[in-house]
Amino acid sequence: MGSYVIRRVLATLPVMGVVAVIVFLMLRLSPGDPAAIIAGDNATSQDIAQIREYLGLDQPLGEQFVRWIGQLLTGDFGNSIYLNRPVLGLIMERVGPTLALSISTMAFAILLAIPLGVLAAWRAGSWGDQAIMAMSVLAFSVPVFLIGYGLVIGFSLELELLPVQGFVSLSESPIGFLRHLVLPTVALGLVYTALLARITRATMLETLNEDFIRTARAKGLAEPRVLILHALKNASVPIVTTIGTGIALLIGGVVVTESVFAVPGIGRLTIDAVLQRDYPVIQGVILVIAGVYVLVNLAIDLTYSLLDPRIRY
Amino acid sequence: MKNTFRVMALAATLMASVALKAPAEAQDRATTLRAVVHANLQILDPVWTTAYITGRHGYLIYDTLYAMNAQFEPQPQMAEGHEVLENGLVYRIRLRSGLRFHDGSPVRAADAVASLRRWMVRDTMGQQMAAVTASVDVVDDKTFDIRLKERWGMVLDALAKPSNPPFIMPERVAQTPANTQITETIGSGPFIFVRDEWRPGNRVMYRRNPDYVPRAEPADYLSGGKRALVERVEWLYIPDQNTALAALNAGEIDYFEAPPLDFIPMLQRNRSIQIIDIDPLGTQGVIRPNFLYPPFNDPRARQALAHLVRQEDFMRVVVGNPQLYRPFCGAFFMCGSPNGIEVGSEPFRQPNVERARELFREAGYNGEPIVLLQPTDRPQYNAAVMVLAQALRRAGVNVDVQAMDWSTLLSRRASRNDPHQGGYNIFLTTQGGPTAATPPANSWFNTTCDRANPGWACDEELTKLVADWSRESDTAARRPILERIQRRAWEVLPYIPYGQYTQPIAVRSNIHGVLIAGVPVYWNIEKR
Amino acid sequence: MAASDIAAVPATIPGAPRRASRLRRVARRPLPAIGATLLALLVLSALAAPWLTSHDPFEMNVVDRLMPPNETYWFGTDAYGRDIFTRTLYGGRVSLVIGASVAIASTVIGLFIGVLAGYFRLADAVLMRIMDGLMAIPGILLAIALMSLTRASMWVVIVAITIPEVPRVVRLVRAVVLSVREQVYIQAASAIGTRLPRLMIKHILPNTFAPLIVQATYIAASAVLVESYLSFLGVGTPPEIPSWGNIIAEGRLYVQIAFWNILFPSVFLALMVLSINILGDGLRDMLDPRLARRI
Repeated sequence: MGSYVIRRVLATLPVMGVVAVIVFLMLRLSPGDPAAIIAGDNATSQDIAQIREYLGLDQPLGEQFVRWIGQLLTGDFGNSIYLNRPVLGLIMERVGPTLALSISTMAFAILLAIPLGVLAAWRAGSWGDQAIMAMSVLAFSVPVFLIGYGLVIGFSLELELLPVQGFVSLSESPIGFLRHLVLPTVALGLVYTALLARITRATMLETLNEDFIRTARAKGLAEPRVLILHALKNASVPIVTTIGTGIALLIGGVVVTESVFAVPGIGRLTIDAVLQRDYPVIQGVILVIAGVYVLVNLAIDLTYSLLDPRIRY
Repeated sequence: MKNTFRVMALAATLMASVALKAPAEAQDRATTLRAVVHANLQILDPVWTTAYITGRHGYLIYDTLYAMNAQFEPQPQMAEGHEVLENGLVYRIRLRSGLRFHDGSPVRAADAVASLRRWMVRDTMGQQMAAVTASVDVVDDKTFDIRLKERWGMVLDALAKPSNPPFIMPERVAQTPANTQITETIGSGPFIFVRDEWRPGNRVMYRRNPDYVPRAEPADYLSGGKRALVERVEWLYIPDQNTALAALNAGEIDYFEAPPLDFIPMLQRNRSIQIIDIDPLGTQGVIRPNFLYPPFNDPRARQALAHLVRQEDFMRVVVGNPQLYRPFCGAFFMCGSPNGIEVGSEPFRQPNVERARELFREAGYNGEPIVLLQPTDRPQYNAAVMVLAQALRRAGVNVDVQAMDWSTLLSRRASRNDPHQGGYNIFLTTQGGPTAATPPANSWFNTTCDRANPGWACDEELTKLVADWSRESDTAARRPILERIQRRAWEVLPYIPYGQYTQPIAVRSNIHGVLIAGVPVYWNIEKR
Repeated sequence: MAASDIAAVPATIPGAPRRASRLRRVARRPLPAIGATLLALLVLSALAAPWLTSHDPFEMNVVDRLMPPNETYWFGTDAYGRDIFTRTLYGGRVSLVIGASVAIASTVIGLFIGVLAGYFRLADAVLMRIMDGLMAIPGILLAIALMSLTRASMWVVIVAITIPEVPRVVRLVRAVVLSVREQVYIQAASAIGTRLPRLMIKHILPNTFAPLIVQATYIAASAVLVESYLSFLGVGTPPEIPSWGNIIAEGRLYVQIAFWNILFPSVFLALMVLSINILGDGLRDMLDPRLARRI
């Protein structure tokens, strides 16, 4: 088991390497010059050239890449071109809201989706099942920002129950924290609930078909026990896998939700950085996000053996 | 069972949180002015960048030697007054007493001199001043001299320039080379930048400067007494306009710098919101042709372009609300300003497609694609580009509209390449306010060819006329020069104006004292 | 294997006769049929756009901007005075093309790479690391960054949305290939000297079709949505070209004063994504033997 863990951890390194190369190349090959944006709307070409030089953007690509990797290995993610502050510091500042939103969305989705999926599978083929499935398909057929606007109009403007936008940190005010988190969580959570519910239902269906379930029922076990302790536990591997791979999708959804609700998180940081070609920030953020994704999936892989004793490496 | 209990507890907490509002939040709100700004403040050096948002930041924490009043006359601000010596070649400026920087140190002439020197390297008007200045010297602790090489009537106007003025910084900060960003944010203005509460991309915080000594006069445009009447000013950056509007409606923010123009009627109907026009001169739309390549290297092609522009169409689409624009403004220097005469624009009041076609033919245009740059993430520019594209196409011009984001456009427009190899033929932008109303300060009007802004407008005669105007300090003598400038401009067209409109601000009804100052300034404002 | 699966049509409910007719199954589960019909209607309306409307989707009548639905403009006009009904119909074309192109491109590329990875160990190590790397970058961020590489056009959008979808297809294909490879009959065929191309085409590839088709439908639906997100963020298809995504994105500002700007394209968008998803579900239920047995 130990060597397996080490092997898996080592295997993540080439993946991160690939990410680094992709990210670097993509950005440096793109047109759009941070120097021009920094110089401002009314600057002349000389201004822009001066700024380029000052920022070191006129060096050859290979050199820039090597320098960047070198910095990374010492934990230095560089400075934002615009703000002249360390990228890592910026990320740390903004990671709180994104983390809060991601965790609450995942929690919301899991709490809602798994019971719904189990229910749908249990009563498969019924109108209830089809209704749940139809609604879940609807939930991820409508763009998240529309759901967001609808919620804002309904709950913030008409009913005046919840704030329109922004984020309050837990330390500032726990109540404010919760209030500001409700609408973005629901907007994004509905989509993930839908996805998870479908996977849950699908795998539950497969599992419920297995012989051991029939045995359990024949033994006279109560249905909830059968469903949860026996069927769900066995179906959990694909569900947990989906949660893991879903994190990449979640980040994508968080980006849009943060834009709608003005949550100052990593998603918004990245978009602004991309639109302005703030290379160090974009590179840093994507690396960090990819790293988190890889680590989470690693953790999930390693916990498979807990969930399903048949999986051993 | 345990799970059920947990879920119920969570639900109860949520419901409770919905019902309660943290009392601390409410208290803070009473003394903090929360404003939604139009851009993300990133660069803190107003000399290093011309970005508007940095300029507004500058007005909060710095002060200027002179400032404009509502008649666009420079008034002493940090200066106590000035003398003009040696037949107009020396301007001796005395500072007021009692001025201090935020770190407590007194403001001396040396600080002013260093700040001016740095500003003169980068700013367009500063560079013009530098060209006619022999030296800027400290005379004593409170006095300094600007020694000119020749008479120049724009010295005080330059010092009082509304956009990108020479903000006064401590000498040690101003000694940073002009092509390097400053790192300190110490000024002598009515507010202090609270750096540890700055969250880039989210919010900026300023607090009242208790040691600021405002002038005795009432506030008048950018001049007069700058009394800070709120404890804190909080800038929020909310890029989604729907969200910002909703926040204003819900009272979560007090001041919306740039509400989308289509919403002004709706906001006007809302009794808890006031719409205020703080910039009587407004914004001018600019169509900038590229002088380096055909067809627009030929003035006839540029005139043809001008003959295809119906300003009202642009205004309808970009602005929508007729209260906010004029059907036509033929002045290069802003209708409604002292320099806003419209002579020379008569042939262009209405589109003339026939004449345009003729002129294009004369200029040798044969149907080659004209590259027009379109910024997809700037809604107002985007709209204007689409109107222009349609007007050109209807006249039979072959238009190649290239869509890209603003950052790509900014670097594209700086390229001197052939339009079909990474260059362009036309792009659009805006400018406004009193800076655009002053011939030497209007940056897109600058026709110094290689040293001009992208587009590289080039006309010796126009450049000479503007220099003549600047040199002349007598208003009566300036008038005939101005008329010649206007006429020449409509012949050579450094750019083609596509309309003049205002962007009002929207504030909650409990906000009082908003100044008509051309730009959002936060002194004089109270929240009751 | 796939062909034989469908032939042995399993039961629809436990205990029912093994060869219930397909029609009976469709009737019992009307959703997939509804999905298919809806999709067909949407496709037809998009194709027939020039005949269904006389307006030009690009023409701006500035005098008529932001008008509510009326006799001349059935869905009202947008901020530029363009007819929303016309743009919605033409927008369907663009959205359909984007959805279909992304689905086809990602499937074909993914198939190619997946087969290589599944069959050749060496290629597997390298390719899968690259795919893992791609998957680790959130799709939308990758798409945005790709969009910023060059000027906007529909084809760039298609490429930008395709690339993040490829890794998932590759995984799927690779899994199928890996499992099929070990089957005795493949080994037998190889042993008697069947050449690789024939092995691939006749035996291995057909097993990938069913899951691929299902996956392709989901990709198509997702692509249409992602395009709307890209437009929302300001990096989508050029705004002149109507696609449901950018009509909604442009019109979202007016949700309170001119909601018709987004109502109609949203409904069409939702219906299309819905119908594709339902169709995909139905296809999957029909083609997957294990699930088909249960329902």
